[in-house]
Amino acid sequence: MDLTLKIWRQKNAKTKGEFVTYQISGISPDCSFLEMLDQMNEKLIRENDEPVDFRKCPVSFDHDCREGICGMCGLFINGRPHGPDEAITTCQLHMRKFKDGDTIVIEPWRSRAFPIIKDLLVDRSAFDKIIQAGGYVNVNTGGVPDANSILIKKNNAELAMDAAACIGCGACVAACANASAMLFVSAKVSQLALLPQGKVESKERVQKMVRTMDKLGFGNCSNTYACEFECPKSVNRSNIARMNLEFIIAKTCTEKETVRIAGV
Amino acid sequence: MTQLNSKVPTGPVPLMWSNYKATCKLVNPANKRKLDIIVVGTGLAGASAAASLAELGYNVKIFCYQDSPRRAHSIAAQGGINAAKNYQNDGDSVYRLFVDTIKGGDYRARESNVYRLAEVSNAIIDQCVAQGVPFAREYGGLLDNRSFGGAQVSRTFYARGQTGQQLLLGAYSALSRQIAKGTVTLYNRRDMLDVVLVDGKARGIIVRNLITGEIEKYFGHAVVLGTGGYGNAYYLSTNAMGSNASPIWKAYKKGAFFANPCFTQIHPTCIPVHGDYQSKLTLMSESLRNDGRIWVPKKLEDAEKCRNKQLKANDIPEEDRDYYLERRYPAFGNLVPRDVASRAAKERCDAGYGVGSGFAVYLDFADSIKRLGRETIEARYGNLFQMYEKIVNENGYESPMMIYPAVHYTMGGIWVDYNLMTSIPGLYALGECNFSDHGANRLGASALMQGLADGYFVLPYTIADYLAGEIHTKRIPTDTAEFNEAEKNAKNTVEKLKAIKGKQSVDVFHKKLGKIMWEYCGMGRNEEGLKKALELIPQLKKEFWQDLKLPGGTDEFNPEIEKAGRVADFIELSELIVRDGLNRRESCGGHFREEMQTEEGEAKRDDENFAYVAAWEYKGENAEPELHKEQLEFKEIKLATRNYK
Repeated sequence: MDLTLKIWRQKNAKTKGEFVTYQISGISPDCSFLEMLDQMNEKLIRENDEPVDFRKCPVSFDHDCREGICGMCGLFINGRPHGPDEAITTCQLHMRKFKDGDTIVIEPWRSRAFPIIKDLLVDRSAFDKIIQAGGYVNVNTGGVPDANSILIKKNNAELAMDAAACIGCGACVAACANASAMLFVSAKVSQLALLPQGKVESKERVQKMVRTMDKLGFGNCSNTYACEFECPKSVNRSNIARMNLEFIIAKTCTEKETVRIAGV
Repeated sequence: MTQLNSKVPTGPVPLMWSNYKATCKLVNPANKRKLDIIVVGTGLAGASAAASLAELGYNVKIFCYQDSPRRAHSIAAQGGINAAKNYQNDGDSVYRLFVDTIKGGDYRARESNVYRLAEVSNAIIDQCVAQGVPFAREYGGLLDNRSFGGAQVSRTFYARGQTGQQLLLGAYSALSRQIAKGTVTLYNRRDMLDVVLVDGKARGIIVRNLITGEIEKYFGHAVVLGTGGYGNAYYLSTNAMGSNASPIWKAYKKGAFFANPCFTQIHPTCIPVHGDYQSKLTLMSESLRNDGRIWVPKKLEDAEKCRNKQLKANDIPEEDRDYYLERRYPAFGNLVPRDVASRAAKERCDAGYGVGSGFAVYLDFADSIKRLGRETIEARYGNLFQMYEKIVNENGYESPMMIYPAVHYTMGGIWVDYNLMTSIPGLYALGECNFSDHGANRLGASALMQGLADGYFVLPYTIADYLAGEIHTKRIPTDTAEFNEAEKNAKNTVEKLKAIKGKQSVDVFHKKLGKIMWEYCGMGRNEEGLKKALELIPQLKKEFWQDLKLPGGTDEFNPEIEKAGRVADFIELSELIVRDGLNRRESCGGHFREEMQTEEGEAKRDDENFAYVAAWEYKGENAEPELHKEQLEFKEIKLATRNYK
C-alpha cells in the first residue's frame, strides 16, 4: 500500500505545532498501524543526516504493550480516537482497514486536561490524579478477611468487571466535544459501587473523584455518548448514569447526615 | 569475592517462613519515617511493594518509564493467578502447590523460597478481593477457579482474560492511595540508568528524565528493583516495547550476581510471526488450552496443502489429525507445562507438519463449542478471540486458531537471597527480574502470584531485617562523589551513543540481535550453535558502537536514545545468556540442550553435575564473568524425572 500521512508535529509543549505531510510506500495490509509508523520513522532515520529539522526526525508517539491492554497508545486518526474500527486500540488497528492511496490524518488527543508534550504525545497524568482522589478501597496490606467470606452476586461481579476493563487511554475524552472524562471516572466509581468492598466508602468516593475531575479542566457530559462508541473496551454509558445516581445519593445523604449532626 | 550466602533459615522447610517472621528484626514506626526506599518499576512487584512499604510508614520514591504506573506490563497477563485455597475441594494444598511449582521448574529452584510462595499465595487472593478486584464468581457468589498447565487441580483465580490487568489495577489503586497521602512520590517517564553505591551499599539511582533528557539523582536507604524480565533481548517477544533489562544489567555491572540467565521461557500459544516489519508477538492465554485441542495434520501432504492454502483445517477429517500432545502425554494432554508444549510444537513443525507459514499449529475449539456451546466459550475467552480476529483477520470460533511458541518470560534474573536481597547490600530484586522461584520453567498463573507475593507479603518483612541496621544512617545528599561519578558516567554513555554518527538505526541492531538469539539460543540449543552465538554477539556489539545512527537531541523527548541504551545492554546480556547456556550441559525446563535428550526426545537433566544455581559475577569490560555455584538442596522433595505422561 502507498499512503500519504498528515501528521501533527510539535517540538515541545511551548512551541506551536503544524501538520506535516509524509509519503510512505510498500506497506503490508497485515501490519499494524504503529508498525506502519515504525517503518516511516525508520525511513526518516535512514534518509536524513544531521543536522536535520525536527520535522525530519522520527515522530514521537506513546505506545508500549502493543496488544491493546496497557492504554498507552492513542492517536486521533482521520477524526476518530484509535482510528476507523470498533472496540480497538491504535496498536490493534491494522492497515487492512485502509485503502491503497489513502491520505491519513494523525493527531494527538486534544483536550485542555491533556496538554501536548511533543508531536503525538500528551500528558494524561490528570487520570492518575482522579484515581488518587478516591479510586480505591481503603485497605492496607494484610489483615483482610478470607476471599470467600465476601459473597458477590455473579451479575454484579460481571458488571463490575465490565467497568473495570477500562484501560485509561483517554479515548473517551478525545472523542467528546466537551472533553469530558465522565466515562473514565464513572467506570471506576461503578466498579467499586457495585461491589460490597467498595460500597462502604461509595459516597465519599464519588464526590471526591467528581470534584477532582472538574478541577482538572475536563468538560461536562452532554449525553452524546461518543465516548462509549469510541471506547476500545466498550465501557458502557450506563456507568455514567450509575455515577450520576451515586452522586445524587451521596449529596442528599451527606446533607441529611449534616442535618442530623446539627441536631435539627 | 563474596561467598554466596542464600540466608535460608534453618529447620524444616514448611516452618521456615513462620519462624522467620516470628524472629526477624523490626523497625519501629518513628524510625521508619526517617528511612527512604527507592522502588523501580510499577508492575505487580514494584507497585505492591511500594504501597505496602508506604503503609508501614517508610518514605517511598517510585519510578517508571511509562506515563503512568498503570501501564506496567504485568497488565498484559491474561489467564490467572494461582493460590492453594482448595476452594474446589479437589485435593489442593500449600504443599501440593509447592511440589507442583518445584516440579514444574524442573527442580532448579530453591525449596525455601518456593514453599514461602505457596504459603503466602492464599493471602494474595484475600488481599486482591478486599481491594475490589472483580474475580470471576459462581452463581452462589463464591470465587470461581480454572485449571492451568502443570497442575491437576483447579487453583487458578481469574478475571476473564484480563487477570493481570485487574491485579495490576488493584496494586495501582493501593499505590495511588499512598501517593495521595504523600507517603509515595511518583516519578514517571524516568529510565533508570545506574545504581549508586556508597561504601559498598546501594544508596540511590541515576535516572534519565525522558521528557527533558536531564540526568537526575535520587537517594534511598535501600533500592528495590521490580523491573521485569529480559525477554526483549530476543527482539520479538510477548513483552511490551519498552520492557528492558537495563536496570538489572546495570546492577549486575555494579556487583549484583546474575543467576541462570539461560532459563528463558518460550510460551506455546502465541500468534505466529507474519512479517519482517513485525514489532512484537501477541500471546494467547494458556488458559485456552483448557478447552482448545492442539493438532497438526497427520499426513505430510495435508500439511503442505494447508500451507499452500489448498486445504482448510476444517476439511481435514478427524482420523487424519495428530493431537500430538494428547498422544505423547495422555495424563496431562493439552495441559502439559509450557516448555514441553513449546518443544512439541517445534518438533512437529521441524518435521514438516507445520501449517500457516510452516511455523504454526492449530488450536481447535470445535469440540468444546460442540460440548459447551459457543456462548460458554465466548464467556470464558471472548476477549482473546476478539484479539485474535483483530490481528489475524480470522474467526477463531469458526476455524481453528493458528499458534506458535514465542519468547515470553525469563526465569533467570538477578540472584537474591531468602530476603530477596541481591549480592549488593541494600539492593533488592522482586518479581520477574529476580531468579528466585520458577527454576528452569515457570508454570502458568505463577508470575502474578510471585510478583504480588514478593511485593505485598515478603519484602515488607525482609527489608526490615536490613533497615533495622540503617536507622542511624542520615539521608545522603546527592552531590557526593559517588553520585556525581555515576551521573557523569550516565551522561557520558548518552553522549557516546549520540557521537557515533553511523548509518544503522537502533531497531536494525535490535532485530539482528534477536535473530542471533532465536536461532542459536531459542527453543533448542547446542554446543556448536551457542559457540557460534558467542562469536556473533561481540561482533554485533562492535558494529553497534561503530555504526549506530541516533537522530534528534539529547535534551528532549527522544525514544531513540532510550532504545539505544537498552539495546546496548541487551547485546551484553545476550552474551551472558549464551555463556550460561553453554555452561549448563543438561536439558532442564526451558533450557533444552539438544545433545542431552532421551530417546523419546524428552529433556535429560543431570542432577549430579547441575543441581545448582549458576550465579555470574561481572569482572570488567573485557574479562570473562566468574561463575559461582549455589548448590540446591532438596530436603522435602525427592529429585525425579518430570513425567507428564
